[in-house]
Amino acid sequence: MRCCRPALVALPLTLTGCTGWQSSLDPQGPQADTLATMFWVFTAILALVWLLTMAALFLSLRRARAERAGPLVLEPQAERSMTRAVSAAVAFTAAIVIALTVVSYAAQRALFSSHEAPLTLLVKGHQWWWEVTYEDGQPSRRFTTANEIHVPVGQPVLIKLQSSDVIHSFWVPSLAGKMDIVPGRENRLVIEASKDGIFRGQCAEFCGWQHAHMAIAVVAHPAEEFERWRENQISAAEPPDDPLRKRGMEIFLSRPCVMCHQIRGTPAAGKVAPDLTHVGSRLHIAAGTLPNSRGNLAAWITDPQGIKPGAHMPLMKLAGDEIEPLTRYLEGLR
Amino acid sequence: MRRLVAIAAAIAVLSACEREDREFRPPPVGTEAEAPVTLSSIAPGTGPAERPGEMGQAYEENAYHLSEGKRLFTWFNCKGCHANGGGGSGPALMDDSWIYGGALLNVVQTIREGRPNGMPSFRGKIPEEQIMQIAAYVRSMERQVPQDAAPGRNDDLMPRPSEHRLPARPAVPGGTVPPSGQAPQ
Ligand code: HEC
Ligand code: HEC
Ligand SMILES: [Cu+2]
Repeated sequence: MRCCRPALVALPLTLTGCTGWQSSLDPQGPQADTLATMFWVFTAILALVWLLTMAALFLSLRRARAERAGPLVLEPQAERSMTRAVSAAVAFTAAIVIALTVVSYAAQRALFSSHEAPLTLLVKGHQWWWEVTYEDGQPSRRFTTANEIHVPVGQPVLIKLQSSDVIHSFWVPSLAGKMDIVPGRENRLVIEASKDGIFRGQCAEFCGWQHAHMAIAVVAHPAEEFERWRENQISAAEPPDDPLRKRGMEIFLSRPCVMCHQIRGTPAAGKVAPDLTHVGSRLHIAAGTLPNSRGNLAAWITDPQGIKPGAHMPLMKLAGDEIEPLTRYLEGLR
Repeated sequence: MRRLVAIAAAIAVLSACEREDREFRPPPVGTEAEAPVTLSSIAPGTGPAERPGEMGQAYEENAYHLSEGKRLFTWFNCKGCHANGGGGSGPALMDDSWIYGGALLNVVQTIREGRPNGMPSFRGKIPEEQIMQIAAYVRSMERQVPQDAAPGRNDDLMPRPSEHRLPARPAVPGGTVPPSGQAPQ
């Protein structure tokens, strides 16, 4: 027993990995529920099959063998019972495989039968961040944000997945299964959160240097809170009123930043990098790499290549006294 | 003998690593403030001799820098005026005639300072290192770079062969052709 004690202590600890903000085994919506149920049905049945097989193997190894009259003598009695046992095992196996196929097919039907939802998002994978566009019949109510999806609780949300460069894969384990994002195609996925919370997603298809730092956060709110968030995101950035932030805005607009980034309400209209109109309101920066704080923003704009080597934001030479106003300006974009 | 050949082959394989050596925080290329402003189309020698030539070579022989340049050529909308190098409202960049010179440093100068007949200046808007990458890519459209480093085919339809399949052309010394405004139309 002594030998196994560390293992006995360690084993339950690994189970703590099964809950949290990124876990298929801790489902937070109907799609994830379907998958988790399927997972447990498969696991239970296959575990049973494994145990039965091992038990049979063990028994047959232990059983004393009756003496045979000679190597070539046929024993019809034993032959017949063996044939029966093998046929039963084959039938049993076929039944299990067919049953599991039906379970899997039913789960697929549940997941992909409907592509209708009151809210439609366009999520575009880029090396190595996510562009998120909220579609709306009224063009003025369409807006784009990055690396963060907000959804109302209890409502299905249709996500159209596109890529601007290579294959990525959209995976928010607590809400849905993986869906690949293939250049030139549009894949669709419906997600729904049944209670509020923050769920982490991760690109699940290797896409280059910073694949590991390509995360997305899904924030589920009660409906009215979601509407408030959406109205705020639709609005353009407020012009800064204090001199420090004003200077920050001037620096932003006179620097390479405008070639790539958009801040609605200013002349900055780049479309190839995250929209920064409300960057201050986001939880993380650089696709989940750092929590959003003034210090981290300053670190990022001073040395993006130190934090995320290879990311498509270049190292720019900013003067020491430009960092503070620029950071304050960005932080205030809420 | 056999073993020697195997070792030599293994070492030869390593030499390919240099082709796309990636330096994400490269040593500074020189600051914009130091670069002399030259808007004249005439320069002494084969190009403004502001930097040692090897600096440019490091960009042109490196597949990573060239592919970055290719991406930025689209990102910064050079395509809007020069199409895929075949020219639009701006002149063609894939042919061997250059108004302002086809040496790397001429192209860098063109991008950084702009040119009078409609080429905007990107000074302060594109970091110096990326200007070098774009300029090296512009030269790859004329196949002035080693074939093994030049970018391969696009994912989407291209109106011309990919850069590494274009025939190599001899370098044309720059700065001798009149600006497009005065060139015979
Ligand atoms: C060549 C294009 C380019 C330029 C120029 C550029 N950026 Fe970026 N920026 C990016 C890209 C691409 C990302 C996303 C990087 C990632 O997460 O992989 C990014 C990310 C950011 C982020 C984090 C956004 C988020 O929500 O995660 C901030 C803040 C930012 N940039 C600020 C700036 C500022 C300030 C400047 C000017 C000093 C600037 N950028 C210049 C391309 C650029
Ligand atoms: C608004 C349109 C426009 C954009 C955008 C533009 N160019 Fe140009 N470009 C021109 C025009 C027009 C000329 C010719 C200028 C002249 O003859 O004085 C030119 C000239 C050039 C030349 C010199 C050609 C020669 O024969 O010497 C180069 C090189 C060049 N552009 C590269 C670029 C690159 C790289 C970009 C992107 C960073 C770019 N251009 C973006 C319009 C544009
Ligand atoms: Cu990835």
